Amino acid sequence: MEKLFQKISLGSASLVFVILVGIFLTLFSASKEAIEEFGFDFITNPDWNKEIILETTPTVTDTLEDSDEIIDEDDMILDEDDMIMDEDEVLFEEDDTNTKTVFGGLVPIVGTLLTTLIALVFALPIAMGIAVFLAEIAPKNISHIVGIAIELLAAIPSIIFGMWGLYYFAPIVADIVGGYQVSLLTAGLVLGVMILPFMAAITRDSMNTTPNVLKESAYALGATKFEVIKDIIFPYSKVGIIGSIILALGRALGETMAVAFLIGSIFVLPSAINDPTISIPVAMANNFGEASGLGESALFYLALILFVISFGVISIAKFYFLKKAH
Amino acid sequence: MRLLVNKIFLVLSVLSALIGLAFLAWILTTLFIKGLSSFHFNLFLNDLIDGGLRNLIIGQFILAGLAAALGIPLGMAAGIYLQEYGRGRYASLIRDLSDIMMSAPSIVIGAFVYAVVVIPTGGTSGFAGAIALGIMMLPVVINTTDNMLSLVPRELREAGIALGASKYRVILDIVIKAAKVGIMTGILLAFARIIGETAPLLFTSETSNYFSVDLTQSFPSLTVSIYDLANEPEESSRDLAWAASFILTALVLIINLIGRFITRNKNN
Repeated sequence: MEKLFQKISLGSASLVFVILVGIFLTLFSASKEAIEEFGFDFITNPDWNKEIILETTPTVTDTLEDSDEIIDEDDMILDEDDMIMDEDEVLFEEDDTNTKTVFGGLVPIVGTLLTTLIALVFALPIAMGIAVFLAEIAPKNISHIVGIAIELLAAIPSIIFGMWGLYYFAPIVADIVGGYQVSLLTAGLVLGVMILPFMAAITRDSMNTTPNVLKESAYALGATKFEVIKDIIFPYSKVGIIGSIILALGRALGETMAVAFLIGSIFVLPSAINDPTISIPVAMANNFGEASGLGESALFYLALILFVISFGVISIAKFYFLKKAH
Repeated sequence: MRLLVNKIFLVLSVLSALIGLAFLAWILTTLFIKGLSSFHFNLFLNDLIDGGLRNLIIGQFILAGLAAALGIPLGMAAGIYLQEYGRGRYASLIRDLSDIMMSAPSIVIGAFVYAVVVIPTGGTSGFAGAIALGIMMLPVVINTTDNMLSLVPRELREAGIALGASKYRVILDIVIKAAKVGIMTGILLAFARIIGETAPLLFTSETSNYFSVDLTQSFPSLTVSIYDLANEPEESSRDLAWAASFILTALVLIINLIGRFITRNKNN
């Protein structure tokens, strides 16, 4: 019995390893078709699901084909089946020799990185302010209540942020900044509101690790609250705070629903901050159902890229910064 | 000058807290006003096909419940391994990987389950959705169990072993019992998190307009239906999406508050 129990617990723990390795291998093998087809050019290619012509056919054949079609159309009146067969043949021929469909991931990759950057720029100062307020400024009972409120904000499902953002937040932003209601900017800002409580809560926890003795000595020397925070707490908990920020960044990279409502979901590189575009999770959310073959494989390729990026970002936060902090 | 800088700094910090609270209040009042105006008791009696939410709410609970049935025992067993049996490299590797898995993008987990469950079985199903949510819940339960067991004093374990109990009996009867409240809180918070998830369900369980308990078919999901309804052009669909959002948020926040309430009672 003892042995069995031990085996079960070991097996359950190993499940984590199996699942993570499984995710990586599955994504890799599912995206193999796209990887073989596009290689690393996938990352720099801005075209998604675009037919490109491999070799230009001479004009003579073009006109010939045209005249063929005219004849076909005449035939159509006589024999509809014949005409359908003919058209099929033409399509197949084109697929095989003249055109191919190309998938490139540049637009969603850029969209993901830019929305995350906007979210970070927006959330960072406010989250730091909240963390300082909770850790140092507010009296204990107020800090407790505000802390719970901030954690409730973090608990609200992301789809709610998306709906609220689309119908209530984005119109106001678009009124002020101009441009579209669905854009990089509005998606980034709503994402910022979403990671705000998470970032604030873990930054507060880092700040709370500062020993009281250090703070009290500084106060005893006549330091103001600002000076204590700037010269004592911040240097002491710096590593932990940076870790928290990167962890929040990792969250933002993979967020789907809040962004899906607001980014506009078009595969076009944005030329301005208030242009619509698309991110990796949103590209997956909107296209997975309909995709097949190479298109589906390209989506798995995107998923693999997202997984590798967020795995890397989270590992850096956890193992470099947060390990050092504790 | 020093005092002025200090004043400005304090004001800015309080202002940030107010901004955070303002966003919470803004979202909650929006939900309250929009949700209540389209709220009907009939929503609980009809299925989506008749303009209600009954099948979706029940479906979401079944999906999250099955996920919990997968995630809680496996997660607790893994947490027990990390704290009670595992020593050295392997245990700390698993602990690190579990931490990473906790922050892994949920849509990627959806894609994974799509590849290993949906494609081989030939279509979206309730099982696939529950597995995706279960994978999301697993690392959270592991983390909670691991942390809470580490707070149980060594002496309790030693006392148990001194009485002649075998190690697994000590773990089940003494250590887990001592950490019960903390683990329960963590599990409730994890449940509140997965019941509001949308992304991992989009192409695993999908959703259904009809009442269904058949786990081999597309399964009704409240969150996925909110996404569909909110994107439809008709005003009535969007009103229904708001009502559903209101119910979902209320559920999530209530479960969350219950979790916090349990811990607070214990601490007092």
